Amino acid sequence: MDSSRPSDHFDSEQPESKGITQPKLGFVGYARFFWRQLTSMRTALFLLLLLAIAAIPGSLVPQVSSDPNGVIQYKINNPGLSKVLEFFQVFTTYSSVWFSAIYLLLFISLIGCVIPRTKHHLLALLAKPPKTPARLERLVGFSSEGTEADAATALETARAVLRKQGYRTEVYASTGMTPDSVSAERGYLRETGNLVFHTALIGVLVTVGIGGGFGYTGQKVVVEGKAFANVLGNYDSFNPGRFFSESALVPYSVQVDKFTPVYEENNFNAYGQAIDYTANVTTTMRGEQPQKRVLKVNSPLEIGGTQVYLLGNGYAPVLTFRDPKGAIVWSQPTPFLPQDAKLTSLGVIKIPDGLSQQLGMIGFLYPTTDQLASGALASSHPDLRAPTVTLEMYTGDLGLNDGIARNAYTLNLTHLTQIAGRKSAAPTIKLTIGDRVELPNGIGSIELTAIPRFVSLDVHRDPSQAWVLVFAILVLAGLLTSLFIPRRRVWVKVVSTTSGGIRLEYAGLARGEDPGLEAAVADIVQKHAQQLSLRLK
Amino acid sequence: MIATLVSYSLLSVYSAMAIYTLAFIMFTIDLARRSASAPVALGAVVGSAVTVGRGSTALLERLTTDAPVGATPKGPRQLRIAMALTVIAWLLHVAGAVLRGVAAGRVPWANMFEFTLTATAIVVGVFLAVQFWQDLRFLGVFITGFALIALGIATTNFYVDVIPLPPALQSGWLVIHVFVASLGTGFFAIGAAISIVQLLQTRREAGQAKRLKFLDTLPSAERLEVLAFRIIVIGFVLWTFTLMAGAIWAERAWGRYWGWDTKEVWTFIIWTIFAGYIHARATRGWRGSRSAVLAIIGFTAVMFNFTIVNLFFKGLHAYSGL
Ligand code: HEM
Repeated sequence: MDSSRPSDHFDSEQPESKGITQPKLGFVGYARFFWRQLTSMRTALFLLLLLAIAAIPGSLVPQVSSDPNGVIQYKINNPGLSKVLEFFQVFTTYSSVWFSAIYLLLFISLIGCVIPRTKHHLLALLAKPPKTPARLERLVGFSSEGTEADAATALETARAVLRKQGYRTEVYASTGMTPDSVSAERGYLRETGNLVFHTALIGVLVTVGIGGGFGYTGQKVVVEGKAFANVLGNYDSFNPGRFFSESALVPYSVQVDKFTPVYEENNFNAYGQAIDYTANVTTTMRGEQPQKRVLKVNSPLEIGGTQVYLLGNGYAPVLTFRDPKGAIVWSQPTPFLPQDAKLTSLGVIKIPDGLSQQLGMIGFLYPTTDQLASGALASSHPDLRAPTVTLEMYTGDLGLNDGIARNAYTLNLTHLTQIAGRKSAAPTIKLTIGDRVELPNGIGSIELTAIPRFVSLDVHRDPSQAWVLVFAILVLAGLLTSLFIPRRRVWVKVVSTTSGGIRLEYAGLARGEDPGLEAAVADIVQKHAQQLSLRLK
Repeated sequence: MIATLVSYSLLSVYSAMAIYTLAFIMFTIDLARRSASAPVALGAVVGSAVTVGRGSTALLERLTTDAPVGATPKGPRQLRIAMALTVIAWLLHVAGAVLRGVAAGRVPWANMFEFTLTATAIVVGVFLAVQFWQDLRFLGVFITGFALIALGIATTNFYVDVIPLPPALQSGWLVIHVFVASLGTGFFAIGAAISIVQLLQTRREAGQAKRLKFLDTLPSAERLEVLAFRIIVIGFVLWTFTLMAGAIWAERAWGRYWGWDTKEVWTFIIWTIFAGYIHARATRGWRGSRSAVLAIIGFTAVMFNFTIVNLFFKGLHAYSGL
């Protein structure tokens, strides 16, 4: 097999690239040589396979974009290796220099491939079908039939039959002026489909790459009864695209009136599994009447050019702190993060002001409290049936005053002392709804006032999305046409016999994979004979 | 009620496995018999590569419609029995999947057990269906063997009880996306099986693999390549659709259409490999064995995506139920 040898045009470019006899052509020669290489089928194939291989590492190692916490954890577990991976941008594989280089080269190759082919194809669309080959015997579906018709009638009828089947036809004369054959070609749509396919791929890439830059995504946790307004400062986290400007934020608000989960009750294999989430919301566009709407998983809310998704939910216990005189210093819902399917939830509360000391707490919520054999608490159902909130409490310096942004969900224990919990004299505080207990050291009191639910909303705006879909549909349509529409040539030729009569010869030529060609030629032979006999009657 | 249906479903699946085993044995006997009997002359396949225009290669071929399989037009007795057994096993297999779906009150492909059950039924279904178009019965060993192994693993390692769908899976896209993916997998499986035979046949035609006499009764390597290609391009179109439908669903359920989640990455890798395969078929020097190897790698990636990626890789597609 000579498969690893360079292709023909590689060889033909060789003399130019030597550049000794033609020093002036050197640069142009090289440039042309590399361009030819880049736009060859072989390179496209190589880059495609390289792209497939290059995509693998990103599936083995957590990615910053899809799993940021996984990345942090991975770095803790593999400190040495992750330095190397970090250097090679493996945690951001799909935006890494090397991954981008591969697909950009592929797409440059693609553009370089599509442009000349498009030009060529446009010319082919205008050109006549090619001259009839001198000998048809060696072509597909060759058949030779006798006929009583005269040459002119036979050719005219053949042309009509072929035209009816969507062929473009032209008559040719092999010698002299009298036409003696019909040349027909069909399936230009195959090449059109192929070009549409490849061009639409470019369209997908460009719209994803550029169009995506105008959008944004933001996350916001909203407690039942509260509202969220679509302004920048209101998001818990916000990821703008490269070309985002704040004016893209349409002013609207979404109030979460009620969140209703449904849990499986009958099937004991899945007892307590969530089977439905519904959020009843009231949306308000500036200057319009509020509207009651329903938000569900798999059915985002369309509002103000954005989609609002219901991605998570949990509980946000409302704790009320009073100073020793009984005045409320702090009372608000704090979202606790679900830790398991039974919604055992973890929360952190920080009270920097109002009391004699700064207070920090790590709390657990068990919606349906159960006691394990070890004595530890657990939740046995995600619904709020017998809730308990436990709190380990600390005093000291919360570290909120040094100006460094702190994660709301973690408590830095470095400068804190436990005053209630396993490591202190006072036990862990346990509360159920309505309980009010005195805090150690006479700091004040704490009450578990209520346990509303929260939902976490994702807000997305991606103006390019519809275009990506359009190009994707074009990709699919182009693919179907280019793979399943046969491009073929068929010839019908009049040959005079020694006895003075004529015979008709038929044959076809496939361009690309064309399993049905033989049958198609046979069909034409038969239809032609039928039409001719009608004519002769 | 659910328990009864589930046990009928399993009974049906176990019976199907027993009959697939018999079919597998009969297919093997058929191959052994072909090895023993004197080779039948190969059906002539005329093929010559003609280059038309720049960058595209057209194949001019005369395709004989009758693949040489055996003495009689319908094939030898062992083969006919094997096919009949496969059909019976398949019907039981489909019944098993349908009963499972009825028990669950939804489509039977929401966790790995159900997906394996349904997808293998579709693979065998595609195998049976293509027989109307081409005689590919010689692939029976591969297909029944594949179905047996997959069902064996599914019933012993992947089994989970019927549980309701979590909210993220409650979507019409589950029906479309997963079904089309399975259908695509079916075509890729058959394409890969043909490609394996093609590689063996190529060696035999080069004077190697002399012991595999049954190859003499099978189509030529070139013809196998054409068959594999035609089947794989159908798989490729279905896979392209799967990828797009998945993106649309992801947009509905997770709020973004593409996020390089592990499962998305592998779907993309598979798509790219098969795009490479199609290109290879149009690139001088890459037709023949090389493209066959790509087809096999592609199908291996499909299997990897379904097993290793589902079970061991972390991602949003955590639906294995295990
Ligand atoms: C993003 C990268 C690419 C992908 C995903 C891709 C995919 C495909 C697919 C699926 C086909 C078969 C369907 C059809 O005929 O339309 C195909 C065919 C083709 N591609 Fe590409 N392609 C890519 C890049 C390129 C490049 C860079 C070139 C030029 C060097 C190229 C040249 C061709 C040609 C000539 C065919 C027709 C093959 C034939 O004659 O059967 N493609 N491509």
